[in-house]
Amino acid sequence: MVKIVEKRQLTPITKLYRVEAPLIAKAASAGQFVIVRVREGGERIPLTITDYDREKGLLTIVVQEVGATTRRLGRLEEGEEILDMVGPLGEAPEIPAGGHIVGVGGGYGSAALLCLMRELKDRGEKTTIIMGAREKDLLILSDELGEICDNVEICTDDGSAGFKGFVTERLQELIDGAGPGRPDYVIAIGPMPMMRAVEKTTRAAGIANTASLDPLMIDGTGMCGGCRVTIGGEVKFACVDGPFFDAHEVDFDEAVSRSKMYVKEEQQAAACQRTTAGAS
Amino acid sequence: MPVKRTDKTPMPVREPEMRARDFDEVNEGYCFSHAMFEAERCLRCQDPVCIDGCPVRVPIADFMHAIAAGNMPKASEILRTANPLAAICGRVCPQESQCELKCHMTKRFGPVAIGHLERFVSDWEMEQPVNEEVLEPWRDEKIAIVGSGPSGLVCAGELARMGYHVTVYEALHAPGGVLRYGIPEFRLPNNILDWEIDSLRRLGVEFINNVIIGKTIQLEALFGEMGYSAVFIGTGAGLPKFMGIPGESLNGVYSANEFLTRINLMQAFEFPRAETPLKVGKRVAVIGSGNTAMDAVRSALRLGAEHAMVVYRRSENEMTARIEEYEHAIEEGVEFHWLTNPIEVLGEDGWVTGLKCMRMELGEPDESGRARPVPIEGSEFVFPVDNVVLSIGTRPNPLLSKATPGLKTHSWGGLLVDERQVEQQQ
Repeated sequence: MVKIVEKRQLTPITKLYRVEAPLIAKAASAGQFVIVRVREGGERIPLTITDYDREKGLLTIVVQEVGATTRRLGRLEEGEEILDMVGPLGEAPEIPAGGHIVGVGGGYGSAALLCLMRELKDRGEKTTIIMGAREKDLLILSDELGEICDNVEICTDDGSAGFKGFVTERLQELIDGAGPGRPDYVIAIGPMPMMRAVEKTTRAAGIANTASLDPLMIDGTGMCGGCRVTIGGEVKFACVDGPFFDAHEVDFDEAVSRSKMYVKEEQQAAACQRTTAGAS
Repeated sequence: MPVKRTDKTPMPVREPEMRARDFDEVNEGYCFSHAMFEAERCLRCQDPVCIDGCPVRVPIADFMHAIAAGNMPKASEILRTANPLAAICGRVCPQESQCELKCHMTKRFGPVAIGHLERFVSDWEMEQPVNEEVLEPWRDEKIAIVGSGPSGLVCAGELARMGYHVTVYEALHAPGGVLRYGIPEFRLPNNILDWEIDSLRRLGVEFINNVIIGKTIQLEALFGEMGYSAVFIGTGAGLPKFMGIPGESLNGVYSANEFLTRINLMQAFEFPRAETPLKVGKRVAVIGSGNTAMDAVRSALRLGAEHAMVVYRRSENEMTARIEEYEHAIEEGVEFHWLTNPIEVLGEDGWVTGLKCMRMELGEPDESGRARPVPIEGSEFVFPVDNVVLSIGTRPNPLLSKATPGLKTHSWGGLLVDERQVEQQQ
């Protein structure tokens, strides 16, 4: 059981939790993830570690409510407990030193960039974050990221804040020399279509690009192989070999197809949850 | 005492039509008279060779005598002293290639049903009142066990009996390892596993779930700041093998580990009440012929597959599953395709539609001593299938050895240990 010590609502469907997980906080590195289970009979889902505080033994995670499990998790309040949490899982990414490092975060993906960008900043890198959302109110952690990164580029689809357009359009402008200038290395974390679009942009520009993949997972230790992804023609397990992979080598078609394997079942589980919630 | 020269007493089982629709246990267990009759079949050999066939050397003849004499407390004590997981071993051990293979009755009448009787004694034990008192360790040393699979559980039990403080660390949210995530409830019900684990708790063993040694806590920290005097690594062979044929990442293709974990650990058979889904179509092909393949194919039947098939490149003779599982699978309607080697998983729009195979014939023995399967030219054909489950074996999980540079491994991933097969010095 993992106790929630702080809950913050970042957007109507995005919540930030600080939880008591001293062993995980002590062992965590930026870019790793945890797997949680919210109730008996519930799914195991991976969540990226947003931040950790080794001294206080606290771990920060951000949850976007998209399915039955994340919605159930989103209803938990301060003082309540998360049934199971295991981690830190996966490997921290190896980001080459020197140069201009640009993190591109889409939606809740920006949260995953928080401690990663801070580690890079602490290492003395020049850092920029490009964060995108549909509208201003859906942007998350922009103040925190603003404090950490040298430059913050905000993009909204409707122009309600920052640049009007997609993160990839702003990325292209940077590549062309605008703002903080051309990236030497790009880290993409966000929805699959976004990471795919970022990869396309960096490939055309010949810029190195890593992406954090979050396929379906169960155990997170390499035992089930459900999270397999094809990287440069080779099958890898995202849980133990990832979650970061060279974006230019990722078979995105396959990754997208596999991520949709249970779309129908997810709706069924959500409908069942609504029924039982209504009854209780 | 007269020796009863009769055949092995059959295990009562649930009707195939009924049991193939649910996950309740198939075998019903002997009644007392069955058990006494069967135990009487034991010849009381001067030289009980059955014990040589048992990896943990259970004094088989002794507990047979106790059952035959109706002395269940004694039978239980004899069994429990030698095997802390008797309720599990009685159900899942391959007795026909171990103790029962050696039994002098085997050739003429069929062996004494040692496995069934082991289970009978354990089932009796489970019905007895439990002494809830927890045994206090009397030694100062603490020992950590990494992994709560069969080897970790047995090791924990032995060490606790020797008086050590024992802590078992488990990566998943429930202990048991492959007994929990791998073996389905129709063969090993969860309440049996829970009972065995509870008995270990009463011996003073502490279980900690959701901790991965090598990730959450490093091996060095167990020896160092956490003060363990010894660590038993029982991380098992939890890394599934894939065939490396085209199409293995199509939707609807599972490793047997994933398929069974969704069912056993995550209870996908109760979806959507349990929230982990599993896609089981009308036609399911399971590749492989071991116990895991039987578990997967029989689970597929139970989840509604109309054609649940085993596809294996060798013949029936080379099959590695327990004979009982094979017989049960046949009774339940599993189809077996021997000498058939998959060469490609076919798909459409990202989903499996077929399994392309070649017919094989047996050639000269290979390095495993079994006849080598050789493809027959031009014999390619396609099974239309909705699912493919790969059950072609597993390798040691490299997570801990990767995280611990000082830990030496064989090229196949197994830990290097000393000549006593016990220890690796740091």
